[in-house]
Amino acid sequence: MQVSNECRLEFPSKSSNEAFARVAAAAFAAQLDPTLEELEDVKTAVSEAVTNCIVHAYPESVGRIRLKMRILEGGVLEIAVQDWGKGIEDVEKAREPLFTTGGEERGGMGFTIMESFTDKLRVRSRPGRGTVVIMQRQIRSRQRRP
Amino acid sequence: MTIHSDYAGGRLTAYLSGELDQHEARGAMRSLDGLLDAYLPRDLVLNLSELKFMDSSGIALMIRLSRRMKATGGRMWIENPARQPKRVIDAAGIDRLIPVAAGSL
Ligand SMILES: Nc1ncnc2c1ncn2[C@@H]1O[C@H](COP(=O)(O)OP(=O)(O)OP(=O)(O)O)[C@@H](O)[C@H]1O
Ligand SMILES: [Mg+2]
Repeated sequence: MQVSNECRLEFPSKSSNEAFARVAAAAFAAQLDPTLEELEDVKTAVSEAVTNCIVHAYPESVGRIRLKMRILEGGVLEIAVQDWGKGIEDVEKAREPLFTTGGEERGGMGFTIMESFTDKLRVRSRPGRGTVVIMQRQIRSRQRRP
Repeated sequence: MTIHSDYAGGRLTAYLSGELDQHEARGAMRSLDGLLDAYLPRDLVLNLSELKFMDSSGIALMIRLSRRMKATGGRMWIENPARQPKRVIDAAGIDRLIPVAAGSL
């Protein structure tokens, strides 16, 4: 697989970094000449994944979040969001709509939203070790559009 | 994010603008709870025409508001959502729970 560009960012799990991560992902995606709608999709998916690290992976502390972005063949944007926090016991269950361990303040719709705003979503997690969410989204360059 | 509101004839309309994520959600909920306490409206309308961005934190906030309104026999709906919030609302399927009105744009 050919990678034409890549970028790696690390930041602490502070909620003010949600907006930063969205803007950083959109700035990286910009080289693929995306439409506004595609940029919104990327921002939405990144916001969900990063918020999960902040809220669930490191509920009582501030930990590290890594955002890795790559441009793959054919204009596919791949974004990996990784943490070294709590981990997920049952990934399949966590991905189901409405499943949440977050109580009143969460709705359990994050993974559902990530799935509908990307083409491909993989989740790897180990309890006590951390989680990585890898998303892929095809960006159809505006120039290459019919 | 900022919230403006107006109240007339039992209906409170809250205009949300800016970005609604987890960072902003707690403050937004506090403001909206404060408005509901002050006006005790029969209807709550969330106008999202100026909301530039929203994620699942916004969905959770809307579900809580809808529960609060239902508990007091009131109604709630969403009005004129901008494109990105609308697509998140659709993906989460909450339009089955909270009506979305396209309204007078
Ligand atoms: N990075 C993570 N670390 C640990 N647990 C996670 C992580 N991401 C998700 N989870 C678990 O998966 C569940 C489902 O996540 P999802 O984003 O779908 O919903 P939520 O975050 O609970 O609610 P919402 O996203 O709607 O606010 C979470 O409640 C949590 O238990
Ligand atoms: Mg979530």
